[in-house]
Amino acid sequence: MNNEKLNEVKEKLERDLQNIENEAVLNELKVKYLGKKGLITELNSEIKNIPNEQKKLFGMAVNELKDLFNKSYEEKLSFFKEEELNKRIQTETIDITLPSKKVKRGSLHPMTLITEEFEDLFVSMGYTVYEGVEIESDENCFQKLNVPKGHPARDAQDSFYLKDEYENFLLRTQTSTAQVHAMEENADKGPLRIVCPGKVYRKDEDATHSHQFMQIEGLVIDKDVSMADLKGTLELFCKKILGEKTKVRFRPSYFPFTEPSVEVDVSCFKCQGKGCNLCKQTGWIEVLGAGMVHPNVLEMCGYDPKKYQGFAFGTGLDRFAMFKYGIPDIRTIYGNDIRFIEQFNRKDDTYEAK
Amino acid sequence: MKLSRNFVSDYIDLDKDLTIEKIAEDMTNVGNEYDEVGKLINCTNLVVGEVISCEDHPDSDHLHVCVVDVGSEKLNIVCGAPNCRKGLKVIVARDGAVLPGGVIKKGVIRGTESNGMICSIAELGLESKFLEAKDKDGIHEFPSDVEVGSDPIKALGLDDEVIDFELTSNRGDLLSILGMAYELGAIYNKKVKDIDTSFTEIKDNIKDTFNIKIETEDCPLFLAKKALNVTIKESPAFIKNRLIASGIRPINNVVDISNYVMLETGQPLHFYDADSLGDTLIVRNASENEKLVTLDNIERTLGTEDIVIANKDGAVGLAGVMGGLSTEVEEVTKNILIEAAIFDSVKIRKTSKKILRSEASNRFEKGLDPKRTYMAIERSCALLEKYADAKIMSGTVIHDVIDKEDKVISLSLEKVKKVLGISIPSQEIISILKRLGFVVKGENPLEVEVPTRRRDISIEEDLIEEVGRIYGMDNIEGKLPLLDVSLGVYNKTKRAIKHKLADLGLNETMSYTLIPKEKVKEFTYNDFTPVYLNDPMSEDRNTLRNSLLYSLKEIYLYNKARNNTNISIFEIGKGFYKENDIYKEDLHLAILLSGDFYLDIKKTKVDFYILKGIIEELLDFLGYENRYTFEKGNVPKELHPGISASINVNGSNIGFLGKVHPSVLKDDVYVLEINLDKLLSIKTGKMKYKDISKYPSIVKDIAFIVDKDTTSKEIIDTIKKSSSKILANVELFDLYTGENIDSNKKSLAYKLTFMDPNRTLTEEEVMNVFNNITLNVEKINKAILRDK
Repeated sequence: MNNEKLNEVKEKLERDLQNIENEAVLNELKVKYLGKKGLITELNSEIKNIPNEQKKLFGMAVNELKDLFNKSYEEKLSFFKEEELNKRIQTETIDITLPSKKVKRGSLHPMTLITEEFEDLFVSMGYTVYEGVEIESDENCFQKLNVPKGHPARDAQDSFYLKDEYENFLLRTQTSTAQVHAMEENADKGPLRIVCPGKVYRKDEDATHSHQFMQIEGLVIDKDVSMADLKGTLELFCKKILGEKTKVRFRPSYFPFTEPSVEVDVSCFKCQGKGCNLCKQTGWIEVLGAGMVHPNVLEMCGYDPKKYQGFAFGTGLDRFAMFKYGIPDIRTIYGNDIRFIEQFNRKDDTYEAK
Repeated sequence: MKLSRNFVSDYIDLDKDLTIEKIAEDMTNVGNEYDEVGKLINCTNLVVGEVISCEDHPDSDHLHVCVVDVGSEKLNIVCGAPNCRKGLKVIVARDGAVLPGGVIKKGVIRGTESNGMICSIAELGLESKFLEAKDKDGIHEFPSDVEVGSDPIKALGLDDEVIDFELTSNRGDLLSILGMAYELGAIYNKKVKDIDTSFTEIKDNIKDTFNIKIETEDCPLFLAKKALNVTIKESPAFIKNRLIASGIRPINNVVDISNYVMLETGQPLHFYDADSLGDTLIVRNASENEKLVTLDNIERTLGTEDIVIANKDGAVGLAGVMGGLSTEVEEVTKNILIEAAIFDSVKIRKTSKKILRSEASNRFEKGLDPKRTYMAIERSCALLEKYADAKIMSGTVIHDVIDKEDKVISLSLEKVKKVLGISIPSQEIISILKRLGFVVKGENPLEVEVPTRRRDISIEEDLIEEVGRIYGMDNIEGKLPLLDVSLGVYNKTKRAIKHKLADLGLNETMSYTLIPKEKVKEFTYNDFTPVYLNDPMSEDRNTLRNSLLYSLKEIYLYNKARNNTNISIFEIGKGFYKENDIYKEDLHLAILLSGDFYLDIKKTKVDFYILKGIIEELLDFLGYENRYTFEKGNVPKELHPGISASINVNGSNIGFLGKVHPSVLKDDVYVLEINLDKLLSIKTGKMKYKDISKYPSIVKDIAFIVDKDTTSKEIIDTIKKSSSKILANVELFDLYTGENIDSNKKSLAYKLTFMDPNRTLTEEEVMNVFNNITLNVEKINKAILRDK
C-alpha cells in the first residue's frame, strides 16, 4: 500500500515538474512536496510504519524522490533567475551617444611642454638645466659676452633697461647670460654641460616677434669639443624634436660671443625641403645660432682658453612651438585664451623607448 | 647693402653664365645672408619702337592711335600719354609682356585695336624715389640714336641685377663694392682689379690757403682736398644707374660722386661749398645744446657727446651723420672742399641713434679702413676732374694719428683641426687665406698678415673662422662629443607643481612680465619698491610685475569677453622688486578660479573651499602636511575681507587666497598667490610609510550648536585637546544654519574616528573620551550638544 502511495507521488511529481511556468509555481510546488504537509514529507513520516525489512528500500526511494525534486528545483530556479535578468538587461539600454560627465585634467601651457621636451632631451645627454635671473647687469648680459658698450651688435637686441639704470641693469635679452653665471659659479673651472631655458625681453612686436619670448641656450665646455661635435649634437637634437628625416645645415655667421659662429638651418619639415611658404621656397628654415665660445668670453668668466674650449647654441623656444604645433602668430601664445591652452592637454612625445 | 652686378664687375670678372641667384647663394654659404635677389627691372617682352604715325582717337579727347615700328613688325597701339607723337622712339610692351602692374594683352580700346602698350619709366617698376615728374607723367622719350627693335632696358642702362644683403655687424668692410669684390674673389678665386685714382693737380696748394684744427680725440684721421671751378650738372648715366641699383637717389654730378665713392670704397665723404665754409675747419665736440640745421632743413640740438665740424661761425656739419645746410653744395657752387675722415665709431653710433641713421653713419659705426680714407679722397678727385670739370688743388691737409699697420696673426694648423673638428690639408688652408687677400708666411704656425680692411680679424680664432667659412662650414661632418659621463638634473619641484595643478584641472597660462605702473601694487599686501623700465615700448608695459594676479585678472577678463566663463588657471612666474638697492625676483604661483570647476562632474560653482582644497592638496603633495594654517587678515585690499585668508607654513606667511573684492570684479572670482621661493625654502621630511592598523576603528558622530562666529578650527582644537591618542581623525561633515537654529547660531557636525594600532578598543573607553570631548566643547566653546 505504501509502495502504491510512493508510486502515486512519484507520478504526480513527474507530471508537475513538466508544467512549471514561473518562479511562483515552482515555490508552490516546493510547499506541495517539501512543506510541513508536503507529499514527500508525508512519505518520509510513513517510514516509521514500514516493516523493518522494507524500511531501507522505502527510505531510499523517498530520498530519491527528494533528490529529484531538489535537483529540478535548482535547475528551474536558476533558469527563471537568468530569464528575469535577461529581461531586465533588455530594458536597461542607454543612449551611449549622450555627452559624457567630464572628468577633465587641466593643461600645461605649450611653452612649458616645449621647454620640458628640450630639457628632457638634453638631461638625457648629461646636461644640467640652469635657470638664470631675468634682471641682468649690462656686464653679464653684454660685456662678458664680448659685447662692449657701443658695440654695433647691441642694435640687434634693443633692450629694456631699468629706470635710472641705462647701460647698468636690464631685462635680459638672451639666455646666453645664464652661461656667464654658470661658468662663474663653477668653482673648479672644469668641464661644464648646461642648458638654460627662460624668458627674454626685446623691444620688438609683430606676428613673429613678441617683446617677451623664450629661449634655450646650450653650453658645453671641455678640453676637446669642436664645431664637428656641435654639429653632431644639433643634428641629434633636431632629429629628435623635429623628426628623424630632418637635415641640419651650417652657415657661417657672426655672434660676438662665439668664434667661429654659425646659423643653423633645418630642412623644412612642412615640405621636406621641396620649397613652400613656410621656408620661403628655400627648403630650409633658420632655427638656431651657434658657435665655439669666444676665448674672450671664457677668459672673462674665469676659464683658461688655452686649456678649455667649448661650444654654445641658442634658439627661440617660441619658434619651435610655433613650428611644432602650427601656431601662426606668436601673440596667440601669450594671449592665454582658454580655448587655446586647453588644446595642449595631450601627451605628445617625439622620442621615447619602444 | 645692395650689390649691383654691373658696379662690382668693374673690379672683378664674374663668369657670364654665373646667375645672380647663384652668386647670392654662394655669398650666403660664406656667411653673407641676403634679403632679395633679382633683376633691377623685372619686365619681359619689351622692345624699342618708333612711332611712325600718331592720330587722335576718334572717340576720345586724350587717346592717340599710333602705328609703332618695333623692327620685326608694325603694331597698332592706342596710347593715352600727352607727349606721344610721331617720330618718337619709345619703350613698347608687346602682347604678353609682364610688367610689375600686370600682363599686357591685345585688346580693343574704344573700338580701336591695340596690340601692346607704350610705357613710361614708372611703369617699369622703378621705386618712386628714383622717378622724376616726366617719368610718371608721360612715356619715355629715347634719344634718336637708339636702335629700333633693341632692348630698351639695356638702352636705359638699367639692365642690372641686384642682391640686397643683410650683413652681419662685424663685416663693415662689405659695405663697399671693393669689399664685395674681395669676398667674391675669395669664393671664385679671382683677382680684384685696381681702382683708378689718377688725376692732375694744379699748382696752387691747399695748404697755403686752408687749415684744419682737430680739437677732439674722437677724430684720429682727417683729410681735406679742394676742387675748384666745378660744373654742377646731371651725372652720366652709369653713375646714376649704379646709384639707383644701390638704392641711392641721384641728385647732381657732385653729390652723386660723393655717394658713388662711398659705395665703391666704403668711406663716406663730405663735400662742402668751400666759399661758404671759409679757410678754417675745426673738428670738435659740440657744446651742450648747440644748434645745427642739417641738410634736411631740420634744426638739431646737440650735446657734448656729439662731434661737429665747424668753421669760425659755428657748427657746419654733424660728423659722420649729416652735413649742415649752410655749407651745402648747390647749383651755384664753384669750389668744393672734400672731407674724408674717420670718427670714433662708438660716438657716431650714439649720435646717429639719437639723431639720424644714414648711409654714412652706418659705415662709420662699423669702423673704417684708414687706407680706404686716403683712397677715397683721391678717387673722388679723379671723378670730379672727369665728370665735373674740376681743377684739383695740389696737396692734402692731413691730420693722421691712426694705426694703419697690417696685423700679423699666428695660426697653428693643429688649432684649426681642434676648433673645426675636421682635417683640412695645410695647402688648402693656405690657399683659402691667400684667396682672401691675406699674406701667408711660415709653415706651422702660419704667419698671416691681415690687411687693414678686415678690421673684424684680430685673433687666431678669427682666422679659423675665415678658413671654415670659405672651406664651407657645412662641409664639417657632425659627430657626437666624447665626454665623461655626467649626471644631468633639472628643477623637479617646479615641474611637479605644474603637473599637479594641471592634474587638478587647472590650465597653465603664460603672460607678460611687463604691466602698467599704476597696477603694480594691485594684489600685493606688503610694502615693496617696484621696478620700472627706463624707456618702455608703451605705457601699459612700463613696470615689472610683483604679483602675477593683475595678469591673471586680465586673462580672466579677456576670456570672459569671449564667453569663456569657466576659468581655472594658474601661472608660475617671477615677482620683481627692489630691496636695499638690489634687484630681486621671487618665483610666485598664482591661481584664479571662476565659473564651474573643471574636475567636478556635478559642475558646482567654484568657491573659497575648492581653492582651499587645491592649495591643501598641493601643500600635502609637497610634504607640508599638517604644517600649514589659514588665518584671517593679512591679505591684499583687492580681496573680500570676510572671504579670504593668509596662508602660513611653519608659522611663516607664504601667501593668501580668497574671493576678489566685489569693487574690483563684480563676478565671483577666487584667487590665490604664494611665494614659491619662500615656501620651498622650508625643508620637508622624507616620504615614509606609516603602519596601517590591523584593528578595527570605532566611528562616532557628534553635532554642536555654536555662535555663528565660532570657527570650526576652535571646536576641532578643543576636541583634540580633550582626547587621548585613540582619536585618530576629526572631520567636519556638516555645516547647518536655518530652520530650528537661531539666526545667530550654526550647527557643526563632526565625524570622530577612534583607533589604536595595537589592540581593539572597547566601547566603554571610547565613550569615556567621547563624553569628555562633549563636556569640554560645551564648556570651552559655549556649545550645545545637538540632539540626534
